[in-house]
Amino acid sequence: MKEVFTKPKALTDVPFTYCPGCHHGIIHRLVAEAMDDLNITEDTIGIAPVGCAVFAYLFFNCDMIVAAHGRAPATATGIKRVRPDNIVFSYQGDGDLASIGTAEIVHAANRGEKITVIFVNNAIYGMTGGQMAPTTLQGQITQTSPYGRDSRTMGMPIRICELLSTLNSPAYIERVALTKPAYIVKAKKAIKKAFQFQVEGKGFSLVEVLSTCPTNWGLSPKEANEWLNEKMIPYYPLGEFKYVEEVS
Amino acid sequence: MLDEIIIAGFGGQGVLLMGRLIAQAGMLEGKHVAWMPSYGPEMRGGTANCTVIVSSEEVASPVVPNPITLIAMNQPSLDKFEPMVVKDGIIVVNQSLVSRDISRDDIQVVKVPANDIANELGNLRVANMVALGTYIARSKSVKMETVFEALEQTLDKRQEKIIALNKEALKRGEKIVTG
Amino acid sequence: MEERLLMKGNEAIGEAAIHAGCRYYFGYPITPQSELIAYMAKRLLKIEGATFLQAESEISAINMVYGAAAAGGRVMTSSSSPGISLKQEGISYIACAELPCVVVNVMRGGPGLGSIQPAQGDYFQATKGGGHGDYRLIVLAPSSVQELVDLTIKAFDLADKYRNPAMLLADGLLGQMMEPVQFKEFDEKSIPSKESWALGSSKGREPRRIVPFDLDPVELEKIVNRLKQKYQDMQKEVEYELVNIDNPDIVIVAYGSIARIAKTTIQMAKKEGINIGLIRPITLFPFPYKVIEDTADNVDKFLVTEMSLGQMIEDVKIAVKGKAEVSFYGRTGGVVISPVEILEEVKRLLK
Repeated sequence: MKEVFTKPKALTDVPFTYCPGCHHGIIHRLVAEAMDDLNITEDTIGIAPVGCAVFAYLFFNCDMIVAAHGRAPATATGIKRVRPDNIVFSYQGDGDLASIGTAEIVHAANRGEKITVIFVNNAIYGMTGGQMAPTTLQGQITQTSPYGRDSRTMGMPIRICELLSTLNSPAYIERVALTKPAYIVKAKKAIKKAFQFQVEGKGFSLVEVLSTCPTNWGLSPKEANEWLNEKMIPYYPLGEFKYVEEVS
Repeated sequence: MLDEIIIAGFGGQGVLLMGRLIAQAGMLEGKHVAWMPSYGPEMRGGTANCTVIVSSEEVASPVVPNPITLIAMNQPSLDKFEPMVVKDGIIVVNQSLVSRDISRDDIQVVKVPANDIANELGNLRVANMVALGTYIARSKSVKMETVFEALEQTLDKRQEKIIALNKEALKRGEKIVTG
Repeated sequence: MEERLLMKGNEAIGEAAIHAGCRYYFGYPITPQSELIAYMAKRLLKIEGATFLQAESEISAINMVYGAAAAGGRVMTSSSSPGISLKQEGISYIACAELPCVVVNVMRGGPGLGSIQPAQGDYFQATKGGGHGDYRLIVLAPSSVQELVDLTIKAFDLADKYRNPAMLLADGLLGQMMEPVQFKEFDEKSIPSKESWALGSSKGREPRRIVPFDLDPVELEKIVNRLKQKYQDMQKEVEYELVNIDNPDIVIVAYGSIARIAKTTIQMAKKEGINIGLIRPITLFPFPYKVIEDTADNVDKFLVTEMSLGQMIEDVKIAVKGKAEVSFYGRTGGVVISPVEILEEVKRLLK
């Protein structure tokens, strides 16, 4: 029988534990495909965050470590400095990267650490049960913004790609989504490019993936995709924010 | 032998270096030594002091509440530390910056016009070396040659002129005692 | 004989670390250990393949240590009391993940921002596990610049031996003072290979996972019990110094710089016909309970003296088991105890 669809080699046989309609599974697959395509799995060290993706350490078929909440870029820095010939990536959510770990991501990017960051933005804290994230949209209802996020007291959602692109050192920053086949094709390219940048020693790379959380958004997977398209993309525009062949 | 010295003055007078040279010389002579600075905001422009211990025995406490010797490079230092010096101890006082007499009569006082001599040598910054020379000559805790050696090890070797000037200042200070 | 060098305590720690093969340092400036971070910068930036990194925060620094240790590097960070508090979460992770590293605490006055003068108020934090959960650090307490050198090297070796973070617990007085030091020859081949567990290339082997958690309580309990076994094994590393312990009138128990100050008290007391003994714990974890208990069989008065409100005294009381009277004399805030004060306290107790 002709094989039309296989699991990437960079994924283990452990079944994903994510909720139905959650995008983590697709993102894991795209990361694994990039590792397969670039033939780097055996040389890759991944860093799982605190949050829903804490179990990423079980799913990737490479050396993995679980970092403290928000600290993955610091842990990645330590690993990369000892093992400069290995490929080091962190996989982080929005609470992890854009709230408690803001200092770490800004400074790792500013130092131009030769690491790759996969940043999953679903505008909410997933694992702890749906609290407001720094990326939660204006008016969005969460457990800790029960009357909707009010920018007058809670601030406006942080746009990480835009923020980091003001720095000189990062080499590659792009925001992608997964709600349409065409988007997924672009996302796959972006994630591969991010790893490619590291393989070529070009510097810091980050891909922000807009993602759904049907469980905590209180929507069906289909509705969640629609909400992402209608609400998130207008505020978080897709595209390439930084692409520097050689960082000066 | 044992000497426990507190050296005190304004920040910038080079009191830490004076102490360091005594410690370095003591070490070169195979003695036990310890050097302890005051540290913190006071090192930036205020008063500075350090404690040096030179001993033929192992040094126990690096903290010296009652020094055997005080080198007071200015008036506030004398005011602060004079009462703490042990009975029969020595105070080397920088006469150029101290207007009053020593009030205690149970200690020995050696006065050295360190700033005036340094000015005569053309560089006020070596006042510390003048006072150090006086101390070495009076206490004999370390030999002058060893202090020269310590000076060569501590300062940048390329600055021969500065080293020569410092040695000259040490000798001028020595003369206060030897005449 | 090796050359004697006059070195400042903080710089001696740095040179000892490099001497012991430490090639990775991550830190953040804080008084009174700033000379140490500066020394590491000056030296490591000139060594090919080594890393010196001034991190954006104490928290980042310890998490960089976590990564570097996981990747098999001989790694160190250093700070002073408030900075060490910030590192606690990371230290707990490193202990749980069973990774070796050295953390230097040049203690200053606390609590809060405290002062920048020497203190010993972080004893509980260091020895009882300042971070969350059931874990212990190996804690070494130097009392001279030479011991800063020797115990820094030992801290790396013990950290590797037990795959556990080790802390050098110094204070501002030791960090700032200068004394002659010697560096014994160090054989870098004595550093154990980390290739059997460190992260790296998984070619030809199963991928490795360093995971400082388990959501299954029974599984996490297994991890914690393994740590417990390790902490029991560490008991054989106990080290202490005894001074004048034959039939003294009273025994002082003190560590670090205060133990040295107490030695001057002993000399002063001898002239007055008072016989004082000293037990100086060199390892604070493991703590030398047994030698203190044995001493309590023959001595009925102990005086614990610390630059704190009294922290190590709790371990001394555990060791003494009520066999002798245990008193305390301490100063805090960064005030250094003078030998005269200790002598006066001894006289009061012996009255």
